[in-house]
Amino acid sequence: MKPAAFDYCAPATLPEVVDLLSAADAAVIAGGQSLMPLLAFRLAVPSLLVDLRRVPGLDTIAIDDSGVRLGAKVRWCDIEENDRLATAHPLLREAVAHVAHYAIRNRGTVGGSLAHADPAAELPGIAVTCDAEIVLFGASGERVVAAAEFFTGPLSTARQSDEVITELRLPAWPERRRWAFREFSQRQGDFALAGVALFYDGDAQGRAHDAHVGVIGACDRPQRLPIVEAILNGATVGDVLIREAAALAAQAVDPPADLHADVAYRRALIATLVERALRAAQARRP
Amino acid sequence: MIGMNRYIGSPVERTEDLRFLRGRGEFVGDLWREGLLHAAILRSPAAHGHIRGIDVAPALELAGVRAVITATDLGVVPMIPLRLLPLPGTERFLQPVIAADRVRYVGEPVAVVVADSPALAEDGVGAITLEIVDLPPVIDRHTSGHGDALLFENSGTNLAMRFTATCGDIDAAFREAAYVRREQFQVQRHMAMTMEPRGVLAEWDGARERMTVFGAAKVAFFNRDTLAKLLGLRGSSVDLIENDVGGGFGARGEFYPEDFLIPFAARRLERPVRWIEDRREHLIAMNHARETDCDIEIACRRDGTILGVRGEVFVDIGAYIRTTGLIAPRTTTQFLTGPYRVPNQRIITEALLTNKTPTGTYRAPGRYEGSFFFERLLELAAHDLGIDIVEMRRRNLIGAAEMPYKLPLLEPSGPGAVTEADSGDYAEPLDRCLAEFGWEQKRALQGRVIDGRYHGIAIACFIEGAGMGPKETARLDLEIDGTITVYVGSAAVGQGLETVMGQIAADTLGIALDQVRVLHGSTPYLKEGYGSFHSRSTILGGSAVLEGARALVEKIRSAAAARFGVEATDIEFVDGRARTKDGRALSLAELAADRLRVDVEFSNNNTLTYAYGTAAAHVAVDPGTGQVELLDYVAVEDVGRIINPLTLHGQAVGGIVQGLGGAMMENLVYDANGQLLSGSLADYQIPTATDFPTIRAFALQNHPSPSNPLGVKGAGEGTIIPTGALMANAVANALASFGAMPTALPLSPARVWRMASTAAQSASKNLT
Amino acid sequence: MRVCFEVNGKAVEVDVEPRTHLADCLREVLRLTGTHLGCEHGVCGACTVIVDGAAVRSCLMLAVQAECSSVVTVEGLSNDEALTPLQTAFRKHHGLQCGFCTPGMLTTAHALLTDEPDADADRIREVLSGNLCRCTGYIGIVEAVLEARVAYRKTPPR
Repeated sequence: MKPAAFDYCAPATLPEVVDLLSAADAAVIAGGQSLMPLLAFRLAVPSLLVDLRRVPGLDTIAIDDSGVRLGAKVRWCDIEENDRLATAHPLLREAVAHVAHYAIRNRGTVGGSLAHADPAAELPGIAVTCDAEIVLFGASGERVVAAAEFFTGPLSTARQSDEVITELRLPAWPERRRWAFREFSQRQGDFALAGVALFYDGDAQGRAHDAHVGVIGACDRPQRLPIVEAILNGATVGDVLIREAAALAAQAVDPPADLHADVAYRRALIATLVERALRAAQARRP
Repeated sequence: MIGMNRYIGSPVERTEDLRFLRGRGEFVGDLWREGLLHAAILRSPAAHGHIRGIDVAPALELAGVRAVITATDLGVVPMIPLRLLPLPGTERFLQPVIAADRVRYVGEPVAVVVADSPALAEDGVGAITLEIVDLPPVIDRHTSGHGDALLFENSGTNLAMRFTATCGDIDAAFREAAYVRREQFQVQRHMAMTMEPRGVLAEWDGARERMTVFGAAKVAFFNRDTLAKLLGLRGSSVDLIENDVGGGFGARGEFYPEDFLIPFAARRLERPVRWIEDRREHLIAMNHARETDCDIEIACRRDGTILGVRGEVFVDIGAYIRTTGLIAPRTTTQFLTGPYRVPNQRIITEALLTNKTPTGTYRAPGRYEGSFFFERLLELAAHDLGIDIVEMRRRNLIGAAEMPYKLPLLEPSGPGAVTEADSGDYAEPLDRCLAEFGWEQKRALQGRVIDGRYHGIAIACFIEGAGMGPKETARLDLEIDGTITVYVGSAAVGQGLETVMGQIAADTLGIALDQVRVLHGSTPYLKEGYGSFHSRSTILGGSAVLEGARALVEKIRSAAAARFGVEATDIEFVDGRARTKDGRALSLAELAADRLRVDVEFSNNNTLTYAYGTAAAHVAVDPGTGQVELLDYVAVEDVGRIINPLTLHGQAVGGIVQGLGGAMMENLVYDANGQLLSGSLADYQIPTATDFPTIRAFALQNHPSPSNPLGVKGAGEGTIIPTGALMANAVANALASFGAMPTALPLSPARVWRMASTAAQSASKNLT
Repeated sequence: MRVCFEVNGKAVEVDVEPRTHLADCLREVLRLTGTHLGCEHGVCGACTVIVDGAAVRSCLMLAVQAECSSVVTVEGLSNDEALTPLQTAFRKHHGLQCGFCTPGMLTTAHALLTDEPDADADRIREVLSGNLCRCTGYIGIVEAVLEARVAYRKTPPR
């Protein structure tokens, strides 16, 4: 399974990268953990590979009052090793702990995962759940796209062929937030059959507000479930509400059928995961 | 004479490991030759059709592409013969080495591109235009049986073979029975999935008319003879060399189309040619296995004594009969009832052709399927009759006093058609398993909910037949430096052959293991050999080495006697020295000039051995996700005699985990057009280190086999047998309150969830 | 394209097509065939090598991306006299049968224990879940890695 032939270059600056992408039938490569299998199966046959390895400034993790900014070349192992992220964005940390396997985590990147947009991938799910922004740089300069608009379908995004993802911006994470991440796959490290990321804040009376409930693997792209968020907001999260929310979640999704899961099962799995995530969030001592 | 056993019975560390651990193994993909060319195969994208045209010109135009070979270049396209069970009628359904005008499965070889690199060869494959006129694909055995679309019109049928197993009076048994139950069960298509994909490197020496082929495994001598015939060469002009082999499990080493095509290309181009299968190809081109369903009925007395079993079995064998394609069907038929006493049987099996990858043997072929079918039925009968599930097994196991026990007669006739369980007490592993598992303590967990998960336990018994003949060969040479080289016709597939044969030779000769070198498998070593399958290498190869070593001891004593002028009976050979009564001695190095050598062959007259055992499993099922966690698994097997407990344990655990993969997750799924959907290791999922961490395997050697001087029974394929049955019964027991009725594998999360999500009616009881 | 990097402590310079992955560069160009190809799509782990101290699937990395890197293969984990403690443990616990997945298991285990010499059985299994084995059922492999830990606690990393 050798790739079809391509040219390769590793420019030293972002503008050079963009020039190359604008001129040719090219693909960007960073860690290569998603792209290399596509090349091996000849599902992708670019004539040029543009490697980001020499471009500086894309590998920083910045944490401040505005939130968390992850450079596109930040790797999963970098997120794992960053102790500040444990408090700055525990949901991100928890989700990243589920990504793939040990060796892949040494090379796979934030930008690569977002650009690849697998419907069952964790980071796109976190991005959508958390109202993140994706920063792109292309021939027309920089633009910022909301995560909700970035993922357009399975393996499909709003990125233009001359653009490079440079950064993922996650909003600030309040300390007392209740949250949970639950995904299910048959084996460790497999793509999730389905996954749920959620959080809510509590008001002075202990009722939920600003609930965000996101699912992966339940649709052709990660999505939030506004109908579930609506019944949580303003309510006290307890047993009855949790079950109602789970049932609503199952109805709110339109899951695909594939080799590993049929529609009815995926729906039920979403319900189970929403229920378990809500219980975990509710039980959390913030 | 076997002295004090220093090695046999000991957990000797493997000699093979020294090179593997250093990264110095030599697998066929590691070989390189001056002027080496690389091949890639164009495979049919259609499941069934006529080839209207192939345009290879665009491929030939690519720089670095040296040749493209199609059926036209072969003239008459040879067929691949069956190695086992070449019964009358099978010649109609043999696979051609390359597709000529018809393709019958996605993946069937259509052209061979030879180029300067594997990447260029693959580019060449992509450049070929192939025009196929589609025919309706036969995608399952039901469609196949209807016969509206035929794979081989001239034969008038898709039925490749029918097998029957009979004993006793089945109609009387069912008339008398107080209880009968009939069910349908299904095992899914899955496969051996070796870590090393296949490979062939062929070298043609035109001046000497010698073809040397690397990458052989399992049955090199048979394949050498087959290749020679297909190439129109003398057997002595062809050598097949066995390098290191990355797993076999019954699937690697059989004669595949590439085993002809690559040597053909090498001869045609007069350059060495290497082909290494990639994983995508492997999933579509290497033998598939196990796709079998049944409709069977059991008849019992009220106390659970089985009176009879009858029914039909259907095997989807794919588009052609492969070299071992009929083994699983025949074995499912004859061994459906495994180690149980079922005096009246009639099982009829149909092996049916479909437009899918052809099938062949895969570890315990037919036994895995039969165990799933029969143990499910036994479990249902036990529950219906209110009999304890352990008692149901115990009461019906063939007893020690009944040995040897005649197994059902298989028709059509062939090796093993008439066979008997050779020796043993099947209750011993049952008792040991119950004790190790803690059955009495775990019993209370049956069907209980703990922390939201449903617990279930199950038990199953199995026998593994091994030692298909006719024989095996060995040669032992005393080398100039006093060491011994042992050549054996058995093949290494990763099972530790070198070490085990070395142990047997060293102990019999009474010398240190490091004085023995074992060479195996390759055709230059011996005049003939029979190979490794049906777990036969220790039985037959080991016995050949044993007898050869004994004979060599006699020759050593005679040679020393001649030197010393005494009778051979006055010579003692101990610790590598031949000694007279009065203390004169010669070392092996000193005797080397006598050029001592022994050639031996050992035959067991096709008297098979039957290792046997029991296994138990404890699972916890999460009804919300369908996840099944295996909390404990215990297997106990009596193997007759243990040569190396370390490697034996490895076989036992490896077989269990491989079987659990089939039980829970592996599945080769086809769509309605005959396209394989499970096209990568992301979709064809095998067990990883986190899936089944708690496996305990124990071996007994209480009842040696009477069929060979070592007393060993084949032990490579036993523990895989009950894995599907156990997981299904354990899950059924865990989810009994839901009326769960598992009838098919794999027990994927989606399938298990479904069982727990609908409250089913309780099964109808057929008590009369 | 010319690529310069270091393999097992030795500087190398190769000329490869851009599409050549690091595994094929090691195997076919440098003739270090200990690194094996089991899938070429990043699932099986047989091709695992250590690049700049981190375990990496060499089939998912282009050779040209190894420029200026330090690569260690299974051959580089050995010395010529005795087996290393990790290799000794694998042999003792029968953590290999056909040997095909073994190089990847060794490099992954070595990388893990170098960073985490106190890794427990769960962590070892979690990390090794990215390396497929069809022969052993993993029990012996995990036992071997557990036993090898003591050697990594004594020696300094890398």
